[in-house]
Amino acid sequence: MKVGVVTFPGSLDDVDAQRAVRIGGHEAVALWHGDHDLRGVDAVVLPGGFSYGDYLRCGAISRFSPVMTEVIEAAGRGLPVLGICNGFQILCESHLLPGALIRNDHRKFVCRDQRLRIENTRTPWTSAYDEGAEVTIVLKNGEGGFVADADTLDRLEGEGRVVARYLDDNPNGSMRDIAGITNERGNVVGLMPHPEHAVESLTGAGTDGLGFFTSLAAAVLA
Amino acid sequence: MPKPEILDPQGKAVLGALPRLGFTGVTDVRQGKRFELEIDGELTDDVVEQVRQMAATLLSNPVIEDYTVSVETLPTSVETVS
Repeated sequence: MKVGVVTFPGSLDDVDAQRAVRIGGHEAVALWHGDHDLRGVDAVVLPGGFSYGDYLRCGAISRFSPVMTEVIEAAGRGLPVLGICNGFQILCESHLLPGALIRNDHRKFVCRDQRLRIENTRTPWTSAYDEGAEVTIVLKNGEGGFVADADTLDRLEGEGRVVARYLDDNPNGSMRDIAGITNERGNVVGLMPHPEHAVESLTGAGTDGLGFFTSLAAAVLA
Repeated sequence: MPKPEILDPQGKAVLGALPRLGFTGVTDVRQGKRFELEIDGELTDDVVEQVRQMAATLLSNPVIEDYTVSVETLPTSVETVS
């Protein structure tokens, strides 16, 4: 599959995400924030970083970049989209996902190997995992506290749209320990931890993140 | 401004710093943003409505923030102060 990885000014993890896409068995296609088409990709990753310097609010300006107009439209048609960290913030600002991400409750940047439970394996990004799988994936964020009103949180939980939850202790004050969510259709996933940094044992805590990139093939074959 | 129910870690940090400087009696601090937009021409209702739309779509995130729009008229000629 061809998986587009968008580079915004200030993206940090776009090259790692491209690498993870290739290790996952796909072709990585570099997309630029100013692009007006998605070059025929089968899925899109919005990587981590500090797009547009995090000015105004994280992801607020990226949402209005030309490529996001295309991503929002394609997501509406069912294109699989994965937003990691800053990508998750962009998806919330784009209203492709509910809620918002605010500054960590303890006010410090957090960088650690984080235990997670994968709770929804029906998305094109998580189908390679067993439901309830407990994994360790790198987490690094300053504004990773997931917030939404109680009705939205109840709906996310009631509809099984919490994709991943923090285990052991909550690293950033996210409501109900939510680390990742999906939209109603299940094609758009936002995740605060960084699976693209957990695809090779040489450079990380393990390869638990690889499933996010191998799931795409499994989802198509299913 | 962050909505009342949204945690404001920056405001909490400021609240924590005030007593260390000897300022007492402050029970809460909320930190928000202020944008000053200069508009060309007459401020008609349509123009103010457009500013409200700017506030709702880009300047604020209605999920976590409330906003108010207020109008001030600048003097027609601004004198340079040396």
